[in-house]
Amino acid sequence: MLELRSVTAGYGAFTALWDVSLRVSAGEAVAVVGPNGAGKTTLMRVISGLIAPRAGELVFEGASIGGRPAYEIVGRGIAHVPEGRRIFPALTVADNLKMGAFLPAARKRYAGSLERVFALFPVLAERQKQRAGSLSGGEQQMLAVGRALMSGPKLILLDEPSMGLAPVMVLRLFDLIRRVRAEGYTILVVEQNVRQVLKLVDRAYLLEVGRIKMEGRADELAEQDFVRKAYVGL
Amino acid sequence: MTLGRAAAVLVVAVLLAAPFLPLGVTREYTIHVLVQIFIWSFIGGAWSIMGRFGLTSLGHGAFLGIGAYTTTLLWNFFGLTPWLGALVAVTLTALFAVVVAYPCSRFQVVGHYFGLVTLAVGEVIRLLIVAERDWTGGSLGLTVKPAAGDSILAIQFADKRVFYYGALVLWLAGLYIWWRVDRSMARAAMEAIGEDETAAASVGIHVSRFKIGITVLSAVLTAIGGVAYAQYISYVNPDTLAGIGVSLRIVFAVVLGGMYSLLGPTVGTALTIALAEYLRILFGLKFIGMAETIYGFLLIVFIIFLPAGIYGSVSQLFRRRPAPMPTHARTPA
Amino acid sequence: MIDPLFLAEAAINGLLLGGVLALLALGLNLIFGVIDIVWIAYVDLVMICMYAVYFIVQVYGYPIWLGGLASVALGALLGIGVHLLIISPILTSAPVNQLLATGGLLFFLQSFATFLWTTDHRSVRLDLPRLEILDMPISVARLIAFVLAVLVMLGLYLFLTRTYIGTAIRAVSQDREAMSLMGANPQRVYLVTSAVGGAMAGIAAALLIIQYAVHPFFGAAFGPITFMICVLGGLGNMVGAFVASFVMSEVIAISGVIWSTEMGYVIAFVVFIVMIFARPGGLLARRS
Repeated sequence: MLELRSVTAGYGAFTALWDVSLRVSAGEAVAVVGPNGAGKTTLMRVISGLIAPRAGELVFEGASIGGRPAYEIVGRGIAHVPEGRRIFPALTVADNLKMGAFLPAARKRYAGSLERVFALFPVLAERQKQRAGSLSGGEQQMLAVGRALMSGPKLILLDEPSMGLAPVMVLRLFDLIRRVRAEGYTILVVEQNVRQVLKLVDRAYLLEVGRIKMEGRADELAEQDFVRKAYVGL
Repeated sequence: MTLGRAAAVLVVAVLLAAPFLPLGVTREYTIHVLVQIFIWSFIGGAWSIMGRFGLTSLGHGAFLGIGAYTTTLLWNFFGLTPWLGALVAVTLTALFAVVVAYPCSRFQVVGHYFGLVTLAVGEVIRLLIVAERDWTGGSLGLTVKPAAGDSILAIQFADKRVFYYGALVLWLAGLYIWWRVDRSMARAAMEAIGEDETAAASVGIHVSRFKIGITVLSAVLTAIGGVAYAQYISYVNPDTLAGIGVSLRIVFAVVLGGMYSLLGPTVGTALTIALAEYLRILFGLKFIGMAETIYGFLLIVFIIFLPAGIYGSVSQLFRRRPAPMPTHARTPA
Repeated sequence: MIDPLFLAEAAINGLLLGGVLALLALGLNLIFGVIDIVWIAYVDLVMICMYAVYFIVQVYGYPIWLGGLASVALGALLGIGVHLLIISPILTSAPVNQLLATGGLLFFLQSFATFLWTTDHRSVRLDLPRLEILDMPISVARLIAFVLAVLVMLGLYLFLTRTYIGTAIRAVSQDREAMSLMGANPQRVYLVTSAVGGAMAGIAAALLIIQYAVHPFFGAAFGPITFMICVLGGLGNMVGAFVASFVMSEVIAISGVIWSTEMGYVIAFVVFIVMIFARPGGLLARRS
């Protein structure tokens, strides 16, 4: 479904990704793990179109998306749940979800999408009229995911979903992501919380200082000694 | 001696000799234009001391006005020599600058916000001058009371060439001050502040003090420029020496020339004054307003197409080095 | 001492003026909140629209409501034009360049107006009945302008909260990048915002021309007041701008009656500076 071939990207004079190649097949759940500053967020942003790649190709469902603007890439079926959630704090929960369905095609399916989101995240239905900024961290994360679902995507990008959440919330959240995945969405998630995320996904890549250092099946990677030593407990 | 140095010496030599060159009938006019260029370049340089660090003041007219009107009023009403009057003006301006800079720096008012606040401040001064028309002459302005003949004490001379050399010295002094600020610790501190205020503060850089200091320096120099201009023209007027019009012109000249280089303000000022004079001569008294219209139009075009300014873009070409980066360049998060 | 009746009259006039000032402040704020750029030449756009109404109504004799509609349309077109020609190219430039671009537009508009129409003051004369409330003469023009201004602001509120694109505009002002991830083309949102901001300038123009004479430097009178109001209310803060408009207009009106019109403005500026000292984030500090 999604393929990156030798993608290089960065900001200004600084290059964050070097020659990155990866694949995500339809229906898969794939993780990209790595330490702080590895370039994981840059990776998400180059896929969703927030930054343009300097070199390499990005292909989604056969079409080249490298360098296309973000609002167009959403239209092709990639939804990006950004780092730090980035919900609209002064809008209500309901308005946030409405914004998620901004695309004309999504607006047509608005009622159905909303129902599905409320079924997955009942707490959002309860707090519909509440200002999004007043929600707890975990609820905001659910709102961010729900908002992404409203656009009717095929691939969902999750950038550090567990960031800033209490461990209990993290478990709940990953559970919910499992349920989202079960609905048929393809997932690409970047995470620092290696242990939890490897339990969630099929395959994973290890990104360090902008380069892919390893890839493999999640259960295999979890066994790797240095993965356990270096990142366990982070 | 490098090519650059040789060129600089040549230019200075020509400038020193200019009032005595056989330019015939145009000599008076050339000197007049050059004096204006020197004074306004000095003022532009003063602005750029603040501007290069993201403190984009759109109200420098306020400092010009305070400077010019203080000396003129003190001379006209009390016969106080403009030399001392300038000291009073400088003190007043410094106080005023602190009053404005203090809340702005404490609460991190920068960019557009700062621009608007300073714009309003510039207009206050202009309005104050107009409102107190009984002793300031209001919008009609005020003439500097003529002294009996040439007088150093009154800074009034019949021969423009005295002003010429005075203005030349002023301009060079301004360049020197700019150069010193550039080289100093203050500059490194201000750039750190520009990059990341909290980080700078955590390393012990007293953010407020630096910002206020730079603002006061810029304001005081501008006031001196205002005094110089008032003495040269022998006339002060709230629209030429205060308010948004003159404030914008100063900023335009500096940005056009290049805010981050020593000679940028001079190049920009020279070009904008030359342009204004050319347009004025071209249109004369016909089509009132057309000269200004074209001026405004060209300024917009220049800003859009030459963001690094003329000097910045040209030096980029010659040195094949990236132009000095503004400390507030927008980078994505 | 001042006759309390004069003070009351001034207070009422201040209130009525505040309504139109609020329109200006809200238009400017809307654009800044979304696009992050201050249109220094905003009130000069109002000036151009005022001339348009003048020519349509006073010179060519069409009814005032037609002039008003034309003004709104012209304002919206000007808004779009400004965004496309001047703002779009400098969206990522340094703030000083952005301020200068709209500053250059200010020069351009003021001088072009001088060239086209000279510095003569022009007004639109409407035949309106005299109105007296409790022995105080109230300008009917001003009253009508106030009522219409309030209606427009109500309309703006409904637009921003009840419509899809209105909510999207609010969302963009809170997080531009996140909104582009929702599929919103930022350029389109900016154009709509600029059109709405320009339309508000057009409406304000129609409401102002029936109270004040227009001349090329009209912006010099009303511009700084508008900026002050925006800063006082907190740049980007719509509610703050609304409140600040009335605070400022009352200060100007009442000081104007106690001293002189100019001192009224000066005092308003002084109040502004004091407030900046006390609450630099604006009266109802929110956005930075």
